[in-house]
Amino acid sequence: MNVWIAIGVTAVGCYVVKLVGLLIPAGALERPLVQRLAALLPVALLAALTAQQTFADGRLLVLDAKAAGLAAAAVALLLRAPFLVVVAAAVVVTAGVRAMSG
Amino acid sequence: MQDALGVGVAVGLSGFAFGVTSAGSGLTVLQTCALSLLVFTGASQFALVGALAGGGSPFAAAAGAFFLGVRNAFYGLRLSQLLALPRAVRPFAAQWVIDETTAVALAQPTRRSVRIGFTVTGLSLYVLWNLTTLLGALGAEAIGDTAVWGLDAAGPAVFLALLAPMVRTALERVVAGLAVVLGLGLLPVLPAGVPVLVAALAAPVALWADGRRRGRTESVGARDAAEEKR
Repeated sequence: MNVWIAIGVTAVGCYVVKLVGLLIPAGALERPLVQRLAALLPVALLAALTAQQTFADGRLLVLDAKAAGLAAAAVALLLRAPFLVVVAAAVVVTAGVRAMSG
Repeated sequence: MQDALGVGVAVGLSGFAFGVTSAGSGLTVLQTCALSLLVFTGASQFALVGALAGGGSPFAAAAGAFFLGVRNAFYGLRLSQLLALPRAVRPFAAQWVIDETTAVALAQPTRRSVRIGFTVTGLSLYVLWNLTTLLGALGAEAIGDTAVWGLDAAGPAVFLALLAPMVRTALERVVAGLAVVLGLGLLPVLPAGVPVLVAALAAPVALWADGRRRGRTESVGARDAAEEKR
Protein backbone atom coordinates (compact mmCIF):
# COMPACT_ATOMS: atom_id res chain seq x y z
CA MET A 1 0.00 0.00 0.00
CA ASN A 2 2.82 2.35 0.94
CA VAL A 3 4.35 1.79 -2.47
CA TRP A 4 1.13 2.80 -4.24
CA ILE A 5 0.88 5.95 -2.09
CA ALA A 6 4.45 6.86 -3.07
CA ILE A 7 3.69 6.18 -6.75
CA GLY A 8 0.52 8.29 -6.63
CA VAL A 9 2.13 11.26 -4.88
CA THR A 10 5.17 11.18 -7.17
CA ALA A 11 3.05 10.87 -10.33
CA VAL A 12 0.83 13.84 -9.39
CA GLY A 13 3.77 15.96 -8.21
CA CYS A 14 5.92 15.31 -11.26
CA TYR A 15 3.04 15.92 -13.66
CA VAL A 16 2.09 19.17 -11.98
CA VAL A 17 5.62 20.63 -12.20
CA LYS A 18 5.75 19.73 -15.91
CA LEU A 19 2.38 21.41 -16.51
CA VAL A 20 3.29 24.48 -14.44
CA GLY A 21 6.23 25.15 -16.76
CA LEU A 22 3.94 25.18 -19.78
CA LEU A 23 1.19 27.28 -18.17
CA ILE A 24 2.88 30.08 -16.25
CA PRO A 25 3.72 33.26 -18.12
CA ALA A 26 7.27 33.57 -19.42
CA GLY A 27 9.49 35.64 -17.18
CA ALA A 28 8.08 34.40 -13.87
CA LEU A 29 11.01 32.03 -13.31
CA GLU A 30 13.56 33.98 -15.35
CA ARG A 31 15.27 35.56 -12.33
CA PRO A 32 18.98 34.60 -12.40
CA LEU A 33 19.01 33.32 -8.80
CA VAL A 34 16.02 31.02 -9.42
CA GLN A 35 17.63 29.71 -12.60
CA ARG A 36 20.94 29.00 -10.87
CA LEU A 37 19.20 27.25 -7.97
CA ALA A 38 17.19 25.12 -10.42
CA ALA A 39 20.42 24.09 -12.15
CA LEU A 40 22.19 23.26 -8.88
CA LEU A 41 19.36 21.32 -7.23
CA PRO A 42 19.71 18.23 -9.49
CA VAL A 43 23.50 18.31 -8.92
CA ALA A 44 23.00 18.04 -5.15
CA LEU A 45 20.27 15.39 -5.40
CA LEU A 46 22.04 13.21 -7.96
CA ALA A 47 25.35 13.38 -6.06
CA ALA A 48 23.70 12.38 -2.78
CA LEU A 49 21.69 9.60 -4.45
CA THR A 50 24.71 8.19 -6.28
CA ALA A 51 26.69 8.07 -3.03
CA GLN A 52 23.85 6.53 -1.03
CA GLN A 53 22.97 3.86 -3.55
CA THR A 54 26.65 2.92 -3.79
CA PHE A 55 27.71 2.98 -0.14
CA ALA A 56 24.52 2.37 1.83
CA ASP A 57 22.83 -0.84 2.84
CA GLY A 58 19.67 0.32 4.56
CA ARG A 59 20.96 2.78 7.16
CA LEU A 60 24.45 1.27 7.34
CA LEU A 61 27.42 2.51 5.34
CA VAL A 62 29.18 -0.32 3.53
CA LEU A 63 32.06 -0.71 1.09
CA ASP A 64 31.28 -3.59 -1.26
CA ALA A 65 31.49 -4.65 -4.90
CA LYS A 66 29.23 -1.77 -5.99
CA ALA A 67 31.99 0.71 -5.11
CA ALA A 68 34.30 -1.03 -7.60
CA GLY A 69 31.48 -0.97 -10.18
CA LEU A 70 30.93 2.77 -9.70
CA ALA A 71 34.67 3.40 -9.96
CA ALA A 72 34.59 1.58 -13.31
CA ALA A 73 31.65 3.75 -14.41
CA ALA A 74 33.58 6.88 -13.38
CA VAL A 75 36.59 5.79 -15.43
CA ALA A 76 34.29 5.13 -18.41
CA LEU A 77 32.83 8.64 -18.02
CA LEU A 78 36.30 10.19 -17.89
CA LEU A 79 37.11 8.36 -21.13
CA ARG A 80 33.93 9.88 -22.61
CA ALA A 81 32.39 6.46 -23.17
CA PRO A 82 28.74 6.36 -24.30
CA PHE A 83 25.97 5.92 -21.73
CA LEU A 84 25.58 2.22 -22.56
CA VAL A 85 29.24 1.48 -21.83
CA VAL A 86 29.17 3.45 -18.55
CA VAL A 87 26.27 1.46 -17.13
CA ALA A 88 27.58 -1.84 -18.53
CA ALA A 89 30.99 -1.22 -16.93
CA ALA A 90 29.37 -0.74 -13.52
CA VAL A 91 27.25 -3.87 -13.83
CA VAL A 92 30.01 -6.14 -15.18
CA VAL A 93 32.66 -5.03 -12.68
CA THR A 94 30.23 -5.33 -9.74
CA ALA A 95 29.24 -8.84 -10.81
CA GLY A 96 32.90 -9.76 -11.41
CA VAL A 97 34.07 -8.57 -7.99
CA ARG A 98 31.17 -10.40 -6.30
CA ALA A 99 31.97 -13.60 -8.20
CA MET A 100 35.65 -13.40 -7.22
CA SER A 101 35.00 -12.61 -3.56
CA GLY A 102 32.51 -15.48 -3.43
CA MET B 1 19.42 11.51 -37.07
CA GLN B 2 22.39 9.86 -35.41
CA ASP B 3 21.65 11.93 -32.31
CA ALA B 4 18.06 10.71 -32.33
CA LEU B 5 19.27 7.12 -32.53
CA GLY B 6 21.76 7.70 -29.71
CA VAL B 7 19.04 9.24 -27.53
CA GLY B 8 16.76 6.30 -28.33
CA VAL B 9 19.37 3.69 -27.38
CA ALA B 10 20.24 5.53 -24.15
CA VAL B 11 16.59 5.90 -23.14
CA GLY B 12 15.77 2.30 -24.04
CA LEU B 13 18.68 1.07 -21.98
CA SER B 14 17.78 3.24 -18.98
CA GLY B 15 14.21 2.01 -19.25
CA PHE B 16 15.43 -1.56 -19.07
CA ALA B 17 17.78 -0.70 -16.19
CA PHE B 18 14.89 1.00 -14.40
CA GLY B 19 12.65 -2.05 -14.84
CA VAL B 20 15.36 -4.31 -13.44
CA THR B 21 16.22 -1.93 -10.56
CA SER B 22 12.60 -1.37 -9.61
CA ALA B 23 11.75 -5.08 -9.60
CA GLY B 24 14.99 -5.73 -7.70
CA SER B 25 13.89 -3.14 -5.11
CA GLY B 26 10.78 -5.20 -4.39
CA LEU B 27 8.17 -3.41 -6.52
CA THR B 28 5.78 -5.57 -8.55
CA VAL B 29 5.75 -5.52 -12.35
CA LEU B 30 2.47 -3.56 -12.21
CA GLN B 31 3.92 -0.95 -9.84
CA THR B 32 7.05 -0.64 -11.94
CA CYS B 33 5.07 -0.09 -15.15
CA ALA B 34 2.70 2.34 -13.41
CA LEU B 35 5.71 4.47 -12.48
CA SER B 36 7.00 4.64 -16.06
CA LEU B 37 3.52 5.35 -17.47
CA LEU B 38 2.50 7.98 -14.90
CA VAL B 39 5.75 9.61 -13.76
CA PHE B 40 7.78 9.39 -16.99
CA THR B 41 10.91 11.18 -15.80
CA GLY B 42 13.77 8.75 -15.29
CA ALA B 43 15.84 10.22 -12.48
CA SER B 44 12.75 10.69 -10.28
CA GLN B 45 11.70 7.09 -10.86
CA PHE B 46 15.14 5.73 -9.96
CA ALA B 47 15.21 7.95 -6.87
CA LEU B 48 11.78 6.77 -5.76
CA VAL B 49 12.46 3.03 -6.00
CA GLY B 50 15.90 3.54 -4.40
CA ALA B 51 14.35 5.38 -1.45
CA LEU B 52 11.58 2.78 -1.06
CA ALA B 53 14.15 -0.04 -1.16
CA GLY B 54 16.08 1.77 1.59
CA GLY B 55 12.98 1.64 3.79
CA GLY B 56 11.99 5.28 3.41
CA SER B 57 8.48 6.52 4.17
CA PRO B 58 6.37 6.95 1.02
CA PHE B 59 6.24 10.71 1.47
CA ALA B 60 9.98 11.21 2.03
CA ALA B 61 10.63 8.99 -1.01
CA ALA B 62 8.12 10.94 -3.12
CA ALA B 63 9.59 14.28 -1.98
CA GLY B 64 13.07 13.33 -3.23
CA ALA B 65 11.62 12.21 -6.56
CA PHE B 66 9.55 15.42 -6.77
CA PHE B 67 12.54 17.73 -6.24
CA LEU B 68 14.42 15.92 -9.01
CA GLY B 69 11.41 16.51 -11.27
CA VAL B 70 11.29 20.26 -10.59
CA ARG B 71 13.81 20.89 -13.40
CA ASN B 72 11.08 19.88 -15.88
CA ALA B 73 9.15 23.06 -14.97
CA PHE B 74 12.08 25.08 -16.31
CA TYR B 75 12.15 23.00 -19.49
CA GLY B 76 8.42 23.63 -19.88
CA LEU B 77 9.00 27.35 -19.58
CA ARG B 78 11.47 27.31 -22.46
CA LEU B 79 9.32 24.96 -24.55
CA SER B 80 6.14 26.94 -23.93
CA GLN B 81 7.57 29.93 -25.82
CA LEU B 82 8.88 27.79 -28.69
CA LEU B 83 5.90 25.47 -29.11
CA ALA B 84 3.22 28.16 -28.59
CA LEU B 85 0.60 25.48 -27.95
CA PRO B 86 -3.10 26.29 -27.46
CA ARG B 87 -3.98 26.17 -23.75
CA ALA B 88 -6.28 23.16 -24.27
CA VAL B 89 -3.41 21.06 -25.68
CA ARG B 90 -0.91 21.87 -22.92
CA PRO B 91 -2.17 19.33 -20.34
CA PHE B 92 -1.58 16.57 -22.91
CA ALA B 93 1.84 17.81 -23.99
CA ALA B 94 2.99 18.26 -20.37
CA GLN B 95 3.76 14.59 -19.72
CA TRP B 96 6.43 14.67 -22.44
CA VAL B 97 8.32 17.65 -21.04
CA ILE B 98 11.59 15.91 -20.10
CA ASP B 99 15.36 16.26 -20.65
CA GLU B 100 15.47 14.54 -24.04
CA THR B 101 12.42 16.14 -25.71
CA THR B 102 13.62 19.57 -24.56
CA ALA B 103 17.09 18.98 -25.97
CA VAL B 104 15.68 17.92 -29.37
CA ALA B 105 13.07 20.69 -29.54
CA LEU B 106 15.54 23.45 -28.59
CA ALA B 107 17.83 22.35 -31.43
CA GLN B 108 15.17 22.92 -34.13
CA PRO B 109 15.26 26.03 -36.37
CA THR B 110 11.53 26.72 -37.00
CA ARG B 111 8.30 26.55 -34.98
CA ARG B 112 7.00 23.80 -37.23
CA SER B 113 10.11 21.66 -36.75
CA VAL B 114 10.11 22.42 -33.00
CA ARG B 115 6.58 21.04 -32.78
CA ILE B 116 7.39 18.01 -34.94
CA GLY B 117 10.65 17.33 -33.03
CA PHE B 118 8.88 17.57 -29.67
CA THR B 119 5.96 15.35 -30.72
CA VAL B 120 8.02 12.66 -32.47
CA THR B 121 10.62 12.49 -29.68
CA GLY B 122 7.93 12.56 -26.98
CA LEU B 123 5.82 9.82 -28.52
CA SER B 124 8.66 7.49 -29.47
CA LEU B 125 10.46 7.86 -26.14
CA TYR B 126 7.21 7.34 -24.21
CA VAL B 127 6.55 4.08 -26.06
CA LEU B 128 10.19 2.97 -25.83
CA TRP B 129 10.57 3.86 -22.14
CA ASN B 130 7.45 1.94 -21.14
CA LEU B 131 8.22 -1.11 -23.28
CA THR B 132 11.78 -1.41 -21.99
CA THR B 133 10.57 -0.88 -18.40
CA LEU B 134 8.19 -3.83 -18.83
CA LEU B 135 10.96 -5.97 -20.35
CA GLY B 136 13.35 -5.04 -17.53
CA ALA B 137 10.78 -5.82 -14.81
CA LEU B 138 9.90 -9.18 -16.40
CA GLY B 139 13.58 -9.89 -16.99
CA ALA B 140 14.42 -9.22 -13.35
CA GLU B 141 11.73 -11.65 -12.20
CA ALA B 142 13.17 -14.30 -14.54
CA ILE B 143 16.75 -13.60 -13.38
CA GLY B 144 15.87 -13.84 -9.69
CA ASP B 145 18.56 -12.29 -7.49
CA THR B 146 19.61 -9.18 -9.44
CA ALA B 147 22.56 -8.55 -7.10
CA VAL B 148 24.39 -11.67 -8.33
CA TRP B 149 24.50 -10.12 -11.80
CA GLY B 150 25.65 -6.75 -10.48
CA LEU B 151 22.41 -5.16 -11.68
CA ASP B 152 22.01 -3.22 -8.42
CA ALA B 153 24.94 -1.11 -9.67
CA ALA B 154 22.92 0.04 -12.70
CA GLY B 155 20.88 2.61 -10.74
CA PRO B 156 23.80 4.54 -9.22
CA ALA B 157 25.69 4.28 -12.54
CA VAL B 158 22.75 5.94 -14.32
CA PHE B 159 22.79 8.73 -11.69
CA LEU B 160 26.52 9.19 -12.13
CA ALA B 161 26.16 9.39 -15.93
CA LEU B 162 23.41 12.03 -15.54
CA LEU B 163 25.45 13.94 -12.97
CA ALA B 164 28.79 14.02 -14.80
CA PRO B 165 27.90 16.58 -17.52
CA MET B 166 26.28 18.86 -14.87
CA VAL B 167 29.48 19.21 -12.82
CA ARG B 168 31.73 21.67 -14.63
CA THR B 169 32.40 24.71 -12.42
CA ALA B 170 34.00 24.90 -8.96
CA LEU B 171 30.61 25.81 -7.45
CA GLU B 172 29.01 22.71 -8.94
CA ARG B 173 31.82 20.55 -7.55
CA VAL B 174 31.35 22.07 -4.10
CA VAL B 175 27.59 21.39 -4.24
CA ALA B 176 28.15 17.78 -5.32
CA GLY B 177 30.80 17.19 -2.65
CA LEU B 178 28.73 18.76 0.13
CA ALA B 179 25.68 16.74 -0.94
CA VAL B 180 27.66 13.49 -0.81
CA VAL B 181 28.94 14.29 2.71
CA LEU B 182 25.45 15.21 3.93
CA GLY B 183 23.76 12.28 2.18
CA LEU B 184 26.14 9.70 3.64
CA GLY B 185 26.87 11.37 6.98
CA LEU B 186 23.23 11.79 7.95
CA LEU B 187 22.19 8.33 6.74
CA PRO B 188 22.72 6.55 10.09
CA VAL B 189 21.05 9.27 12.18
CA LEU B 190 17.98 10.44 10.20
CA PRO B 191 14.95 8.44 8.98
CA ALA B 192 15.40 6.84 5.55
CA GLY B 193 14.73 9.21 2.65
CA VAL B 194 15.33 12.36 4.72
CA PRO B 195 19.14 12.61 4.29
CA VAL B 196 18.71 13.11 0.51
CA LEU B 197 16.33 16.00 1.16
CA VAL B 198 18.81 17.60 3.58
CA ALA B 199 21.58 17.03 1.03
CA ALA B 200 19.52 19.03 -1.50
CA LEU B 201 20.10 22.04 0.79
CA ALA B 202 23.72 21.97 -0.41
CA ALA B 203 22.46 23.83 -3.51
CA PRO B 204 20.99 26.95 -1.82
CA VAL B 205 23.73 26.96 0.86
CA ALA B 206 26.54 26.91 -1.71
CA LEU B 207 24.75 29.53 -3.81
CA TRP B 208 24.37 31.81 -0.78
CA ALA B 209 28.04 31.34 0.25
CA ASP B 210 29.13 32.00 -3.33
CA GLY B 211 27.06 35.20 -3.44
CA ARG B 212 28.64 36.45 -0.20
CA ARG B 213 32.14 35.58 -1.39
CA ARG B 214 31.61 37.44 -4.66
CA GLY B 215 30.21 40.47 -2.85
CA ARG B 216 33.24 40.61 -0.53
CA THR B 217 35.72 40.08 -3.37
CA GLU B 218 34.24 42.95 -5.31
CA SER B 219 34.34 45.37 -2.36
CA VAL B 220 37.85 44.51 -1.16
CA GLY B 221 39.17 44.59 -4.67
CA ALA B 222 42.18 43.25 -6.51
CA ARG B 223 44.04 41.73 -3.54
CA ASP B 224 41.33 39.12 -2.83
CA ALA B 225 40.84 38.48 -6.53
CA ALA B 226 44.54 37.69 -6.86
CA GLU B 227 44.28 35.29 -3.91
CA GLU B 228 41.29 33.62 -5.50
CA LYS B 229 43.33 32.84 -8.56
CA ARG B 230 46.06 31.23 -6.48
